[in-house]
Amino acid sequence: MNPVASVARDARANSMTHDDPRVTVSVAVNARVRTMTMEPRTTLLDALRDELGLTGTKKACDRGECGACTVHVDGRRVLSCMTLAAMQDGKHITTIEGLERDGNLHPVQNAFIEHDGFQCGFCTSGQIMSAVAMIEEVKAGWPSAATTDVARPFSIADLSAAEIRERMSGNLCRCACYPNIVDAVAEAAARS
Amino acid sequence: MHPFVLASANDPETAIANHADDPELAFIAGGTDLIGLMKDRAALPRRLLDINTLPDMAGIEALPDGGLRIGALARMSDVAAHPDARRRFPVIAEALLFAASGQLRNMASMGGNIMQRTRCGYFRDEDDLPCNKRRPGSGCSALHGLNRNHAIFGWSESCVATNPSDLAVALAALDATVTVRGPAGERAIPFTDFHRLPGDTPERDNVLGRGDLIVSIEVPARAEGRASHYLKIRDRESYEFALVSAAAAVAVDDGRIRSARLALGGVAHKPWRLTATEAALRGASLADIEALRSAIAASFTEARPLAHNVFKVELAQRVALRALQMAGARA
Repeated sequence: MNPVASVARDARANSMTHDDPRVTVSVAVNARVRTMTMEPRTTLLDALRDELGLTGTKKACDRGECGACTVHVDGRRVLSCMTLAAMQDGKHITTIEGLERDGNLHPVQNAFIEHDGFQCGFCTSGQIMSAVAMIEEVKAGWPSAATTDVARPFSIADLSAAEIRERMSGNLCRCACYPNIVDAVAEAAARS
Repeated sequence: MHPFVLASANDPETAIANHADDPELAFIAGGTDLIGLMKDRAALPRRLLDINTLPDMAGIEALPDGGLRIGALARMSDVAAHPDARRRFPVIAEALLFAASGQLRNMASMGGNIMQRTRCGYFRDEDDLPCNKRRPGSGCSALHGLNRNHAIFGWSESCVATNPSDLAVALAALDATVTVRGPAGERAIPFTDFHRLPGDTPERDNVLGRGDLIVSIEVPARAEGRASHYLKIRDRESYEFALVSAAAAVAVDDGRIRSARLALGGVAHKPWRLTATEAALRGASLADIEALRSAIAASFTEARPLAHNVFKVELAQRVALRALQMAGARA
């Protein structure tokens, strides 16, 4: 991914004594370049929801404990509540709204529907964003805490239910739909 | 969060000078601890300097002699996935993978990991309860309060908190060093000297001062590196801090321990290296459980549990033994 052209870095450099602390950043959100000016304390989560109106990303614990706010930054899953929007200048951000293609749901979204992987739905966008990126981590050969021998290369064929549970443990579901979430992720991973 | 000003660092010299001159400035990298601390009002920096823009600090380099150099801005997930880190030092990859969640590991930097502050509930409490780490001189609420998760070694009347980093336990066991650049130039700090015991100044977690910037972490080549393991015991199986953890690494000749390295997490204000045990283990048979047990017990004569964590004394010895056996199985 090419970085988004930065409007901000030069203007922001050495601005620490500036009277107006607001900062301007350019980010590509769901492939659309957006420029925002805000206070530095604005989290990426609040910027997505309040500045850009992308309310699919949910605010639950706001402390990095539940995973409901998971989005992708340059293709990696991160917690948008635990990072500042002003630090994302030039980055590519994908939210749940950016997963569909030409009106078709992402395969992980379809798998959650097929396997009834949610009840209230509040954690679901975070679960799905986490699962989409997690499957890419597996394809890249990343081990997990459930991997017996981390020295060996990991492949998608090694992705057991125990591996999925461990790799998805940063996403809590208060309705406890975990068995169905594991089934949905397993099927989406196998098909990918 | 409180209001603050944010800027990006352009070069390390300026960043170091800014930090040295300004006690209300904090570096931010992954932010996964600092932003939580700011939300809990346990850190209130007026100026943040984003160091992610500093060049050449995110690399992971497999050294020709078998060691590893890890840039301070490398992310936990990058190190845990790195083939040489996994092959040479499984204990490091495992310590990283047993920490936090996939999302947080993608964000958190290696330098920030070893700087993370205690998870003591009194320290993090938004109601500003007495805590000498949070407000020096205000007292320690945990000493006679809820201290199930707290220290059994090295604590003082001022503070009974533990260090929460899993990575730090592995790095202490392997005698890693932390390369730091400060106003007076660069220095290498042995990992076991990096974190402090609380004493009368528990507000200081480590030996860094103003203007100190962690550049990298060096892990020296070790005969024990490959036969190493990290074992973490916690209240739930995943995404939780340790009650007790152990990093073990051994070199074995014909079933006998040539050298062993053992450090515990969750028991002290710093990673707790079991040096008496390491000496007693030399020459012991890995199959002689009683010999291993008594070698481990040699480090527990100085254990001082608190009202709610007496269980850690027994648990920690069992965790050390199991970690040692699992490391030995890889020899």
